[in-house]
Amino acid sequence: MTVRKNQAQLTADEKRRFVNALLALKRNGQYDTFVTTHNAFIMSDTDNGDRVGHRSPSFLPWHRRFLIQFEQALQSVDRSVTLPYWDWTADRTTASSLWAADFLGGTGRARDGQVMDGPFAAASGGWTVNVRVDGRAFLRRSLGAGGRQLPTRAEVDSVLAMSTYDAPPWNSASDGFRNHLEGWRGVNLHNRVHVWVGGQMATGVSPNDPVFWLHHAFIDKLWADWQRRHPDSAYLPAAGTPNVVDLRESMRPWDDVTPADMLDHRPHYTYDTAA
Amino acid sequence: MSGITRRRALGAAAGAAAGLAAAGAAHAAIQTTGPRPQDAHGGATAVPGSFDEVYQGRRIEGGPTHDGGHDGGHGGGHHGGHDAGYTVRIDGEELHVMRNADGTWISVINHYEPRATPRALARAAVTELQGAALVPLALG
Repeated sequence: MTVRKNQAQLTADEKRRFVNALLALKRNGQYDTFVTTHNAFIMSDTDNGDRVGHRSPSFLPWHRRFLIQFEQALQSVDRSVTLPYWDWTADRTTASSLWAADFLGGTGRARDGQVMDGPFAAASGGWTVNVRVDGRAFLRRSLGAGGRQLPTRAEVDSVLAMSTYDAPPWNSASDGFRNHLEGWRGVNLHNRVHVWVGGQMATGVSPNDPVFWLHHAFIDKLWADWQRRHPDSAYLPAAGTPNVVDLRESMRPWDDVTPADMLDHRPHYTYDTAA
Repeated sequence: MSGITRRRALGAAAGAAAGLAAAGAAHAAIQTTGPRPQDAHGGATAVPGSFDEVYQGRRIEGGPTHDGGHDGGHGGGHHGGHDAGYTVRIDGEELHVMRNADGTWISVINHYEPRATPRALARAAVTELQGAALVPLALG
């Protein structure tokens, strides 16, 4: 059974196995296919056109399916590995063990943003950024640059309190839970974390930084938390919406999975907490 | 991927831009003032005017896209991106940009932090690039 754990609770052995599985997927080329897929969707999802992976109701089920696929790839390397999540309301400084050299490595150096320690530093030789939008092939970060702050627990709770899943026009201008969680409106949760990390995480090729998966695993958990708080609130829209994935319409690129199929995470994985 | 096609299409503009940049031409910003970028309902309506300047030593240009057709739709040009109706270039290379429903802008370099105008977006990209060249999506 796949149990997704808080990254702060991982043992040294769990961290080592997770890192080794990431490096193995990088070596065999699978990792970069996930970066390519994400970037293709992020560039083609538009507010007034077809939108599937972002700025739309299917942001949450699309990323749930994307993470399941990635987790399965990790498990093809090491069956014991599952995706950890990063609760950035709790582990909110650069001193978090998340950024230690035995896990993801720390922030980038001032001169060029290059990450200099940990398994994904360029000098390690195992993490070349191939799918990129500029000439730089090394992993970059600027954690909390400019005094930026990660969202607080109170800000997260204010978004979890929103009882409507999503609302017309079903894009970055929408009111409701999904868009406030995604961050195009309001206190800004998901988007702000990408910006806080900086480097590739702030770009369309954000999965180049392994923290992408831990960030999205927590966003995914917040969706599950929201469902528990609002058992009578459903995924919207239900049907007949142009350019938008309705409840029982299939999602690209898989074409064999609908948001309805993704509403319950428990057939795929559970969390280390009941709440 | 269609990077080669896109390069070819942009070749003329890139060459011209590179020449001007090499000459060190300090372009004054040219900004034509258009109608307000959004209507009362938050929907993007008018396309912003053009700009052309040297920012932190790099030439940034932007303007409405006039070559409609070849890069429209999904899976077309722009390496699978969409047609924003507006083109931004840094030293002649196209920066993929997108307009949000509220009239703000994002690019592939700053994808999660909207800026008010394409010029602000181009400047943010120059800062983020720290001198690195913008390249078409490079695979493997």
